[in-house]
Amino acid sequence: MTEIIVVTSGKGGVGKTTTSASLACGLARRGKRVAVIDFDIGLRNLDLIMGCERRVVYDFVNVINGECVLKQALIKDKRLETLHVLAASQTRDKDALTEEGVRRVLDELIAEEFDYIICDSPAGIEKGAHLAMYFADRAVVVVNPEVSSVRDSDRILGLLASKTHRSANGNGGVKEHLLLTRYNPRRVANGEMLSVGDIKEILGLDVIGVIPESPDVLAASNAGVPVILNDDSDAASAYDDAVARLLGEELPLRFLEEPKRGFFARVFGG
Amino acid sequence: MGLLAMFRSKPTSASIAKERLRIIVAQERGGRGGPDYLPLLRRELLQVIHKYVNVDPEAVQINLEREAGHEVLEFSVALPEKPGA
Repeated sequence: MTEIIVVTSGKGGVGKTTTSASLACGLARRGKRVAVIDFDIGLRNLDLIMGCERRVVYDFVNVINGECVLKQALIKDKRLETLHVLAASQTRDKDALTEEGVRRVLDELIAEEFDYIICDSPAGIEKGAHLAMYFADRAVVVVNPEVSSVRDSDRILGLLASKTHRSANGNGGVKEHLLLTRYNPRRVANGEMLSVGDIKEILGLDVIGVIPESPDVLAASNAGVPVILNDDSDAASAYDDAVARLLGEELPLRFLEEPKRGFFARVFGG
Repeated sequence: MGLLAMFRSKPTSASIAKERLRIIVAQERGGRGGPDYLPLLRRELLQVIHKYVNVDPEAVQINLEREAGHEVLEFSVALPEKPGA
């Protein structure tokens, strides 16, 4: 059984691609067969975050247009054997993605017995975002603890409930989860940032992960190695917990409180 | 800082954010799924009412309720109190 998961948010720059890359790696590391697809046509970026930008020969739109077969366009990850990347096209043609074309590619991946297909949505609510969510069984809505991101997430939740294949066909709808990124426990404690509880309450949805704000995320994108693969990082552990929860494990949320500082650090600052 | 913050009378910026979001999300959810003409209808009705009574835009409420098999468009206007009454 293949499960299609869309990673979406409405607002740009909240960490959709970072999250797609890390969830895909985390699932593959647990032995699942995973394909991660960049739906941001015209603004390809998943390849950079995954570190395979120089290996893109064919892309998503090439497959849809029949200019190559799916196998030629799927880039096998060099670190994880069961992980595959399908890059977005750089075309400026807004109509390059079609519902029929996307359906065909997804059907082929399902026939190839992939366990998970991760759809990395573009920002906004235009065609790319619509098609990224349209065939999803589940949605991971990435949200920053910040007013515009929370409001946009709610807009996306409205679309997930009305403009998807599952909602249109009465298949019980898309299962939705929130994933908070850039969470800063110190600022939450000081009352400068919305807390997990606040966001849960406003959006009325369960939280599948809280990723603490961390310099490791930028370092990971600089290197082209998804942050989840950094064994020494809290952000990586938080993403790995989120993967476990996706797979049905029940784990308490971690990194919601500021790490305790030692006596000297408190006295001398820093 | 944490203890001091508890005694501060000023609400924190996070609590202001939460309150604003609670209101706007509820409002936007209310209008969701309704016909696209609803906002325009609201505005035009408001203009007509304005010709006769000076009401506050906030005092006009439109609700779309779905019941089994039919929809009810509920429209309510709170009239201002008569001056000197």
